[in-house]
Amino acid sequence: MTPTSSPRPLRIDRTRAIDAEAWIMRFFLTLGALWLLVGVVLPLIPMVGRSFRDNSGAWVGLANYWQYLTTPSLVQSFINSLTVALTTTLLACGLGFIYAYALTRTAMPGKQVFRTLGLLSLYIPPLAVAIGLIFLFGNQGLMTTGLFGSLPGWNINLYGFNGIVIGEFLYCFPQAVIILMTALNLTDARLYEAAEVLGASTVKTFFTVTLPSVKYGLVSAIFVCFILAFTDFGVPKVVGGNFNVLATDIYKQVIGQQNFAMGATISVFLLLPSVLAFGIDRIVQRRQTALVSAKSVPLQPKPNPALDRAMFAFCALVAGFAIAVFATIILASLVRVWPYDLSLSLKNYDFGGVGGGGYRAYWNSIRMSLYTAIFGTVIVFIGAYLVEKGRGLAWLRSAKYVLSTIPLALPGLVLGLSYVFFFNNPIWRIPFTGMAIYNPFKGLYGTMALLVIVNIIHFYTVCFLTATTALKQIDPEFEAVSASMAVPFYKTFWRVTVPLSLPAILEIGIYFFVNAMVTISAIIFLYPANLPLAAVAIVNMDDAGDISAAAAMSTLIVATSLGVRLLYSWLTRGMRARSEAWLSR
Amino acid sequence: MTFSEPSAVPNLGETTPLVPPIAPAREVEVDGHPGPGLGHRTLTEPYLRIENVHKIFGSFVALKDIYLNVYPGEFVCLLGPSGCGKTTLLRIISGLEQQTQGRVIQGGKDVSKLPPSMRDFGIVFQSYALFPNLTATQNIAYGLENQKLPKGQIATRVKELLDLVGLEGMGHKYPSQLSGGQQQRVALARALALSPGLLLLDEPLSALDAQVRVRLRAEIAELQRRLGITTVMVTHDQAEALAMADRIVVMDKGYIAQVGTPSSIYQHPSSPFVANFIGVMNFLDGVVEAADTVRCGNILLHAPSNEVPVGQAVSIAIRPEDMRVADIATDAPNRVEADVVSREFLGAGYRLDLTLSGNARQPITLEISANRARNLNVEALEALSIQLPPEMIRVFPKE
Repeated sequence: MTPTSSPRPLRIDRTRAIDAEAWIMRFFLTLGALWLLVGVVLPLIPMVGRSFRDNSGAWVGLANYWQYLTTPSLVQSFINSLTVALTTTLLACGLGFIYAYALTRTAMPGKQVFRTLGLLSLYIPPLAVAIGLIFLFGNQGLMTTGLFGSLPGWNINLYGFNGIVIGEFLYCFPQAVIILMTALNLTDARLYEAAEVLGASTVKTFFTVTLPSVKYGLVSAIFVCFILAFTDFGVPKVVGGNFNVLATDIYKQVIGQQNFAMGATISVFLLLPSVLAFGIDRIVQRRQTALVSAKSVPLQPKPNPALDRAMFAFCALVAGFAIAVFATIILASLVRVWPYDLSLSLKNYDFGGVGGGGYRAYWNSIRMSLYTAIFGTVIVFIGAYLVEKGRGLAWLRSAKYVLSTIPLALPGLVLGLSYVFFFNNPIWRIPFTGMAIYNPFKGLYGTMALLVIVNIIHFYTVCFLTATTALKQIDPEFEAVSASMAVPFYKTFWRVTVPLSLPAILEIGIYFFVNAMVTISAIIFLYPANLPLAAVAIVNMDDAGDISAAAAMSTLIVATSLGVRLLYSWLTRGMRARSEAWLSR
Repeated sequence: MTFSEPSAVPNLGETTPLVPPIAPAREVEVDGHPGPGLGHRTLTEPYLRIENVHKIFGSFVALKDIYLNVYPGEFVCLLGPSGCGKTTLLRIISGLEQQTQGRVIQGGKDVSKLPPSMRDFGIVFQSYALFPNLTATQNIAYGLENQKLPKGQIATRVKELLDLVGLEGMGHKYPSQLSGGQQQRVALARALALSPGLLLLDEPLSALDAQVRVRLRAEIAELQRRLGITTVMVTHDQAEALAMADRIVVMDKGYIAQVGTPSSIYQHPSSPFVANFIGVMNFLDGVVEAADTVRCGNILLHAPSNEVPVGQAVSIAIRPEDMRVADIATDAPNRVEADVVSREFLGAGYRLDLTLSGNARQPITLEISANRARNLNVEALEALSIQLPPEMIRVFPKE
């Protein structure tokens, strides 16, 4: 720092009205709050309100609830849903824990492969899983018929409780594995060394060190699996048979009997346990403190031949089952007439003679998923940015944070039905006032736009939390430094924050795309007849008995989701090479 | 603020009462400024005025009754332990934090309510907050580009600034490709890019390792003097503050404890807190015996700069390096005997832990040069005579 001359001072005019900046931020904060209000809160009001009215709109108080509780078949569905959810949670979290433990804490060979395979069913919609199960365990299934008579058959009585639990298990298992792997990875090797030095046995170490450190992850996994299995519609719709659950009851009431009042009532029964589970999880997670400090030493698993071999066998079995289901879907889609003509053909991909909309539905789904990914990512990221990095209006930012986490507790069917009540109503009656106003959003009903909106809201929370986590890792002083240079926040947002968050932004886009591709529950009440969708087509084909075509459509959806994921890896590799200079730290 | 040499003291023995010399006239410091060498600034208007600033977070009072003037071209350090409010004060000066009460006046303009983007300052954070996806050049040009200056002018300006901080030819590198010290220089150049009237430094050196830190602190101070830019720096490192600042503001629990030049604060701390925070200080328990005499056990010490009423319990403070161990005349004032408890080799010298003779047996720490230690044969030393020069003693009333 010994130059010959000092630079001449620069004349900078800072008196321009940069205060407009504060108003821009307020404007977008308010806009974001309105979006969440219209997308999440307001639609729930007419839905809950509807459960207090009969089908002609007259106020009946708790009559619908009384009718529900005194109809044995309906109460039975509630019990069925609970049984399915609890059984699935036990299986998915139990086996998921062992699987995650094997991947993180043992020296088992092939961990990377098992990791990929274990998460494979993330890309298979529950509907497709159910279709696969039919071809494995259904009346004409590979296992039931013992490979078409060449072996003794094995009939598991797929349709009903068994089928639903197996399907939900495959759906929930990867979610549990992801959460538990994260929890098991966050550990401190020094604790284990201390336990060993103090002479604790392996079993004692497991109960005193391992379990307490993954406690919060385990709680989260349990609640996530419970909500997923309790509210899922796809699997029970396809393999439920006469075993009714809440989700299929809502569908039957609304679509089959046009009984919207009872549909709304059952929705409340579906909603309450989910909200309860969500609330408890939030309270428990708040008590979590950082277990892993900056000084923590990562645990290096030591070889233990007996344990490693047992774990390998276990993982091979579980992953093998997922692959079997996946392979069966593809195989079934390629067989000419299952089980009579086993020659291979692409005939099922023709979709000519079957309902559901064929390729038109497929392209509609891709279009919808793309819009969801693009608009959803922009809305979520800007929303998370304003909540995390915004200045001023602190109460509005905390309110937005809470509103952004609520959608996770809303079952897709409930969300879809709420949207029907809210957006399809030409006038809104304001409760308790007798006043009514014209519905400005009525024009959205039956359009692609509303399908995109319901998808964005349905998958909002996970994306919002991803964005928030990424933003928290960015130096909080960037905004301060920019302000000191009189650079408005939106320029720094575009020039620094977005480039630094690009991996998270793309991750959010993928998540939106894949989920919009496979979702069924939120859109089944909302899609208009002129906009057939691929996932809905699977349901319709299955209803019509065209399950080979349903398998073909499932294969298309899975291939598209996996393709997008691969494209993402390829794109980010290119991106990483380009920006290696500043990511190499 | 100078002290007259102690006048001759009659030889009355070590434990007998000392006849106090005429106390040197003390200049009374108001608001701690201006110190020596800054006298001309009394005539200048302050560039930055902090008036009656309070900051309250919920029920926690972070700042209370803060008044401070910073003069044009001055380098002021806010120094204090963590949680003393120094960073909060810096953030209030920058507008990143709003004061609960009080005013901030910069360049004659009340900026109390302005957002940071409408104030005139450059800032360097402890983390540097360099944009990792932009090169050093792009980081420095960041604010300039927003001013819609011509490209050529920006390029010239950035080159000047890179030269200024000694990073010629490094402009194309990304922050992750630069060392900690180099990143710090980029952050400094970026803060200076818009020629701000005020430079704010928030613990700018604490992320660096010791050697780089010592070198950079001299360079920053030199650069600041050359540019003549009014600067406020926050630090918890007293050595840094002593080396760099024109004036130091010592803060404790949201209050300003003392303001003054480094040497005046070091030599004349206004409270035991300041005395202990800046450098090392010995504290002996005592009682004021007479106007200029304090009793410490059965030892009577001559303490001229003492304005505490007779009979008051006091702490008698003296720095470890201010005591004399050799060539003490037998009739020298405040000559006491001490036993060596332990000794610690410091490289350039020795630290001796002693206990004073007499019935109080109070511990006292002494630092001497290696040379002197050799003459005293410290390793074998069990007892020695030390002198607590009266002009080096500070007396603080006990609360």
